[in-house]
Amino acid sequence: MLLGLSFVSYFYGKRLIRRRVYEQKISQHSRDSYHGLYLSLYLIIPSVILTLIWLASSPNIIDSLLKSKIKNSFPDLSLGEINILKSKVISAYDGILPVDSEQMEMLVNFYNSANIISTNFLIIISALVSVSFFLFALNRIRVRFNARSKVENILKFSMILASCVAIITTIGIVLSLIIETIEFFKIIKITDFLFGLQWSPQIALREDQVAGEGLFGAIPIFIGTILITLIAMFIAVPIGLLSAIYLSEYSKPKIRAIAKPMLEVLAGIPTVVYGFFAALTVAPLLRNSGASVGLSLSSESALAAGLVMGIMIIPLISSLSDDVINAVPQSLREGSAALGSTQSETVKLVILPAALPGIVSAILLALSRAIGETMIVVMAAGVAANLTFNPFESVTAVTVQIVVLLIGDQEFDSAKTLAAFALGFTLFIITLLLNVLSIYIVRKYREQYD
Amino acid sequence: MTDNFIETRLRKRYSAEKRFKIYSVSALILALLILATLISSIAISSIPAFTQINIGIDIKMNDDQILQFEEDPENVSWRSLQKKSFYSMFPDVETRKDKKELNKLLSTGAYIEIKKFYLDNPNKLSDNNIIYVPASDDVDLLIKDIIDRDLPQDMRTISDNQISYLDKLISNNRIKKTLSWRLFSNSDSREPELAGLKGGIVGTLLTMFVTLIISFPIGVLAAIYLEEIAPKNKFTDIIEVNINNLAAVPSIVYGLLGLAVFLNYMNMPRSAPLVGGIVLALMTLPVIIIATRAAMASIPPSIREAAYGVGASQMQVIVHHVFPLALPGILTGTIIGIARAAGETAPLLMIGMMAFIVDVPSKITDKATVLPAQIYMWANNPERSFEYLTSAAILILLVILIMMNLLAILLRKKYERRW
Repeated sequence: MLLGLSFVSYFYGKRLIRRRVYEQKISQHSRDSYHGLYLSLYLIIPSVILTLIWLASSPNIIDSLLKSKIKNSFPDLSLGEINILKSKVISAYDGILPVDSEQMEMLVNFYNSANIISTNFLIIISALVSVSFFLFALNRIRVRFNARSKVENILKFSMILASCVAIITTIGIVLSLIIETIEFFKIIKITDFLFGLQWSPQIALREDQVAGEGLFGAIPIFIGTILITLIAMFIAVPIGLLSAIYLSEYSKPKIRAIAKPMLEVLAGIPTVVYGFFAALTVAPLLRNSGASVGLSLSSESALAAGLVMGIMIIPLISSLSDDVINAVPQSLREGSAALGSTQSETVKLVILPAALPGIVSAILLALSRAIGETMIVVMAAGVAANLTFNPFESVTAVTVQIVVLLIGDQEFDSAKTLAAFALGFTLFIITLLLNVLSIYIVRKYREQYD
Repeated sequence: MTDNFIETRLRKRYSAEKRFKIYSVSALILALLILATLISSIAISSIPAFTQINIGIDIKMNDDQILQFEEDPENVSWRSLQKKSFYSMFPDVETRKDKKELNKLLSTGAYIEIKKFYLDNPNKLSDNNIIYVPASDDVDLLIKDIIDRDLPQDMRTISDNQISYLDKLISNNRIKKTLSWRLFSNSDSREPELAGLKGGIVGTLLTMFVTLIISFPIGVLAAIYLEEIAPKNKFTDIIEVNINNLAAVPSIVYGLLGLAVFLNYMNMPRSAPLVGGIVLALMTLPVIIIATRAAMASIPPSIREAAYGVGASQMQVIVHHVFPLALPGILTGTIIGIARAAGETAPLLMIGMMAFIVDVPSKITDKATVLPAQIYMWANNPERSFEYLTSAAILILLVILIMMNLLAILLRKKYERRW
């Protein structure tokens, strides 16, 4: 409805100015449509902002109202019981639970009327705001009025606001991770987390169970992540780099035109698909071939996860290094050929050294992608934290533990949940460092040719 | 002597050259082979899931049931109608145990099919009808020759008796193979022969709608500001560094953000496309911003200068000239970003979008799941039929994503301009 009104006001503004220009016979400052836009923006923006704020805050306000109502009518309930009753009332209001008692009916009615009042109030207030802003705008537009720059300022302001979303997101990520991590380190000592050798976060279900603490030594998880990542890089770096060299130095344009998009397809496959491939095709294959030569492979071996993760990384490395190799100026190649070197000597002795900073930064980016990769390891690697460097055994990874810790259990103050945030924070810091390092390397060591 | 020395060295250098070339070709071929293996292995294992075995039951309603039906179709006891009709096709099956085994040939949701038949054909209430209902997943696998019937009885999930019943059905021509349209028309189910993808597909659409609505305007506005308007100062630098870093943050960290901020702090509904969409939008934002900036940077300055020359303001230059010319590039980047978001699973696991949800979501605040999350859940299901179903779901997801990417490529090809 608001949208329709703003349309109407747009055309109204346009007509109004047209007529006034006719009557007053002076040339206008801005074109008609800017006056129309000015009117409709003033009509719509304040009330949209108001509605958003209202929708974000009103559930909390109504919640606390309901809580205090329950407190007043049943003064002898404990805090936990109040919360349970509250959620019961809300689900009864949604029609999930039946309304079974008189008190219940009273509370549901109260909740219902609070909601209705809130909605009505919102409609009235936003209508008032809209109308007053509209009248204000209507009062201001004249033939000589500078509507264009006003509209442009609004647009520019919204652009600045949009750019700030990136900053807000970063702040949100950092804050939410840091706050939970600090909570975690209040329960578990930071040195125990970083240097502990045992990880078994399962907290006892009953109070009297032994070893109810849960152990949060993260070393085995870090080792597992490093092991899987190393295997992945071992696969991806040679294959990715060599295919990039072939594509940029040797291949005919026709082959390049086919092969490059194919590699991009490989990059576009969702990671859950790689995970399925790892768990259902690669892992059994490895286990069977291992058994035939007398090796016993775990069905969740680090090797399977690492192999498939390597496959996932190949296109990233190849396309990034392809760009870097292509950026090496042609004159270097020609100079090297003029000195009588073969093509492979040119590649090895001239192009690769020239492109090295870019290639290293590509590898670092791929490394950070591999460390943060979740679905492959969740589906193909293990859950139990074994402290081992043997690629045939089952290991676990940081991202696996985050998923395992957070699925199902939603108690926000338990050490288990907080541990997931501590792990997430570590992950964030490591990938951030790798990125900064890769940017730094490019900046510092890049040669400026011509 | 020297000639010889040079010649051997030359030979060595040439063979090194050849070796290097072979290495690099084989690396590329290996990469492409892996791609082919990946896709073909999934395609092959998805084949069984695209057909479905149905068993025909001779059904005739008695007068009581017709009366009940005319009152209210819900009153009819469909399950017992199904059982009685099916048993009467096998008069020699008598003991309770055997009857139970017999009934297990049919899917647990078979009666729904019977009910649907009568609701669609109310004029056939009193006729003798042959109604085809889905068979159970074990029967499905047996008839598709995936379960080997020559195995000893205790090594397969289907008993000798059941096989003999099936053979009778086959000889009576009561087995029919159909395309499994229910993959698209049914929602998730615990029974593989009833499980479909509709819930996941609708959930993905809703989530992508939210993602697009949030990330496209914000991303484009931010990119225009950074590329065209922003003064070179500290603040702009901070924003740019931030965007580059956000592009490399692991997706699971966005999931943690969603869990801590949107679910825990803002009390938004769990498992809802709204929250999933916002999280994915934040993740897609850097992609869109970077693509938009690249598209706008490729517009030559002469266009801007010409517009300024005829007296346009900065905003008019952007809105009337730069933006429309950059739009194909922007849309390409957006589609690629959205396609990436549509295949993303990890952050959605964090905010609970992988619960077992039977209802098809209808609004963005309903509980929902998305296609990749459904694939993840099915992949974890130990039942064998789900393996084929998972492959089919992956194939469908890949087809959707490849079509989106093709659209982006076509768009780029059609409107690409060299300045």
